[in-house]
Amino acid sequence: MKGVLSSVRRRYGGVATSLILVSCGLWALGLVVLPQLMMIDYSFRPSLPPAKQGGPEDIYTLANYAALYGNPLNLAIFLKTIWSSALVTATALVVCYPVAFFLARMAVGRTAGLLFIALVIPYWINEILRTFSWLLILARNGFVNTVLLDLGLTQEPIIFLGTTPAILVGMVYAYVLFMVFPIYNSLESLDPHQIEAARDLGAPWWRIHWRIAIPHAKPGIAVGCIMTFMLAAGTYAIPAILGGPKSRWFTEVIYSQFFEALNWNRGAAYAFILLIMCLGFIALMMRLFRVNLAEVTR
Amino acid sequence: MSADRVFRLFMGAYVVMFLVYLFLPLLFMAGASVNDSRFPTLLPWNGFTLKWFGDLFNDPMLWQGLGKSLSVGAGVIALSVPLGLAAALLLTELRGKARGLLYGVLVSPILTPGVIIGISTLVFWRQMSVSGGMFLTVLAQSSFIASYCMLMFMARLQRFDRTLEEAALDLGASHLHVVRRIMLPYLMPTILSAVLIAFLQSFENYNTTLFVYGTDRTLPIYLASKVRIGLTPAVNALGVIFIALTIVAAVVYEWRRRAALAVKPGKRAERPEPRTADLRPAAEPA
Amino acid sequence: MQFSRKLQVGGRDPALGQGVSLDGVTMRFGDFLAVDDVSIDIAAGEFFSFLGPSGCGKTTILRLISGFVEPTAGRILIGGQDMAGIGPNKRPTALIFQNLALFPLMPVWENVAFGLEARGVAKQERRRRAEQLLELVALDGSGDKRVNELSGGQRQRVAIARALAVEPKVMLLDEPLSALDLKLRQHMRAELRTIQRRTGVTFVYITHDQSEALTMSDRVAVMSQGRIEQIDVPDAIYNAPQTAFVAGFVGEINRFAGHVVAADARHAVVETDVGRLRGVNRQALRPGERASIFIRPERMRADGAANPADENSFEAVLDRVGFEGNVVNLFLRTNAGREIIAQQHNSDDLSGLSSGAWMTLRFAPDSAAVLPAEGRFEAAA
Repeated sequence: MKGVLSSVRRRYGGVATSLILVSCGLWALGLVVLPQLMMIDYSFRPSLPPAKQGGPEDIYTLANYAALYGNPLNLAIFLKTIWSSALVTATALVVCYPVAFFLARMAVGRTAGLLFIALVIPYWINEILRTFSWLLILARNGFVNTVLLDLGLTQEPIIFLGTTPAILVGMVYAYVLFMVFPIYNSLESLDPHQIEAARDLGAPWWRIHWRIAIPHAKPGIAVGCIMTFMLAAGTYAIPAILGGPKSRWFTEVIYSQFFEALNWNRGAAYAFILLIMCLGFIALMMRLFRVNLAEVTR
Repeated sequence: MSADRVFRLFMGAYVVMFLVYLFLPLLFMAGASVNDSRFPTLLPWNGFTLKWFGDLFNDPMLWQGLGKSLSVGAGVIALSVPLGLAAALLLTELRGKARGLLYGVLVSPILTPGVIIGISTLVFWRQMSVSGGMFLTVLAQSSFIASYCMLMFMARLQRFDRTLEEAALDLGASHLHVVRRIMLPYLMPTILSAVLIAFLQSFENYNTTLFVYGTDRTLPIYLASKVRIGLTPAVNALGVIFIALTIVAAVVYEWRRRAALAVKPGKRAERPEPRTADLRPAAEPA
Repeated sequence: MQFSRKLQVGGRDPALGQGVSLDGVTMRFGDFLAVDDVSIDIAAGEFFSFLGPSGCGKTTILRLISGFVEPTAGRILIGGQDMAGIGPNKRPTALIFQNLALFPLMPVWENVAFGLEARGVAKQERRRRAEQLLELVALDGSGDKRVNELSGGQRQRVAIARALAVEPKVMLLDEPLSALDLKLRQHMRAELRTIQRRTGVTFVYITHDQSEALTMSDRVAVMSQGRIEQIDVPDAIYNAPQTAFVAGFVGEINRFAGHVVAADARHAVVETDVGRLRGVNRQALRPGERASIFIRPERMRADGAANPADENSFEAVLDRVGFEGNVVNLFLRTNAGREIIAQQHNSDDLSGLSSGAWMTLRFAPDSAAVLPAEGRFEAAA
């Protein structure tokens, strides 16, 4: 460690080195590690009025975690959130892979440039607005119902909003691009000669993808899946806009613990459960696709 | 050969459909914002109007939200760009376990759901009797936006020719002088990109901000509340403005990025030739 | 370059250059011993080269002198002053990097004036001095160009001007010519030598190119695996190698391995697969020791006369003839299959030589070196 610091100091001088170290320390500890530890600490303590905090009743307990297990409704929401997020991830992967492949290996020149910008624009549009646009489409008097009624395909407007499928449609829409760009990035480095050689050897197109392109895109697929899953499991906006009381998302449960039940300790426990689930998914993806953290965050 | 053509056509059609899927909802929203209807809807079409935009401009809450968002954005830039740069400088120097640990900690916010970052920040600062508001919003957003900045700076620093720095030192420059004359000019394009990215990330953030905004409602928070309760086409109008601003920013950013990529071959030429000595067979008998 | 001749004789100002002393310098990187107990005294105003294959530690020595790394053990003195703890920006040295390391974002003149800028010289004065230096390296008028608009040779000269601008006592050069093509490289050698003589600055030059080291230097240190093999004037490095490594590394040479059968203070006789060969006994070898005898191709005489009974002569069959203009290389093969090169001046005598002809090779004992076999070159070969 001393050798490391001396190499930093040799490179940047004493003043800059101190600034660098202090900044990194404040960020790592003050903004990342300590807040997380505090949240975990909260999750293991009972919710007590301020007067009793630090008193004999303020002991470490698993009660907040047991509360989730003991509440079938919330537990069901939790499981649904995992399952649905995985579904959203899988759907986004299937939808995006051809687009990423086209962008990386088939589009050339101006087409590629324009396509790239066309994809970047929705990527930067606010999640809330992207979701809101689907509200207009799926509403009782929205676009889909208007068309269905006009065509006589249904007599009564169909209620889409407030259902889990509506949330999933909105999520796929909101997060597809987080899947496209990582896969695009990894496919871009695929040597086109590999594909040509495979084609030359008589491989059908699906085999070229299965044996060459997809294995090459593995890091990108892992990143895309991790990002999509994390965003889907961790979003509050989309279920809040497209969902309803019957289609609650786990983040909504957490939020209500904080701001409606005012039980921060239980909220912290639920948040930690969500975090563990996301970390578990990341670990699973990294194992499945045999990539490491540096590749994931490249 | 023709199978190949069929495949290309099929892929092209698929991508066009994908673009339609991406843009159609946004076009609906834009259409609804100029439809003279009481509800935010494109159909039935009741004629063109700009009154919803007028409604917006008379909405003081909106202007307040915009002001908060801009302030938070400025704060996030001021915090996360230097933090990201400092961490990138340190990480390029570290090796082994220390590097792995620090890198893991500093990129972890990118892989953490936004709501959890908001929650942990809220919980942590309550211990110091600081409650939600602009200050916490800036901190919570910066904790992960700085990670993005760090990754951008690391990518740039990886291509930095260290001998330039050594040459400057060798010519008698102080460390500060080296930073000012060699490092900063080299990093400047990335600094500008990082500022833009940090601002865009902050400006559109909802999930993290939700837990820490206190009473300082940023634009996305205000927007979400409008979407959820007050269903008038004014929301669409706001959405259209938001989208227009985003498009301008995205196009500018993308254009800058592509311009930077386009001059790269030239840039490469101005970099020193490869060490030809390394390519020669070793003179030592093997 | 008329001025150089006069300066060469009496004009060198010793006040400009400073001597560099390495005193038992050792440098370790983890388990790797890059520099192994090196002691050298480089005189003020000397053009001193380190010659060796890549990985021999010569670049590390340059980085030690310039202060980018501190030695694991030993002392480095410049102008008699101990440099321990003094950073690269505080040492009276200027380094010319192998890749030149010109600042791509600055125009040429700012590159040249960078050292002055670091010393707080006013802008006008910087500009003036930069133009002077650019004139010195024949680049006047290029001050406002961008670095990437220059050719390889021009960039080379900008790097030299940039280093000279800080008026260093010692100039350190890390294979600065390796990226240039042959013709330009030869031109730049002469130019570097001229600049060195004119300024009187001590030059420490790193190269793996022996002809570069031999043509430019006052003295050469040949290095191998972190150690100094020999320090000498170029003539002695070439004609009187002290170790098998130096003999084998510098220039073409014919080598015959065997053991010493007779030795006196001046000569030693080695029993080889072509018979007994006599050469200079430079390392005081005694009979029975394993040794090799080295003979330069140009010291090898080849003729058709069959008289192999003479001392230091043996027979070989001609493989092919390589004409190089003024000289001709004869590639031969001994009975034992050993390849021999003999270099002859181009003359009429050589016409009519054909492959497959048997020739007798002979050399004078004083032009051959008998050196101990346990050198690293031996082990590797």
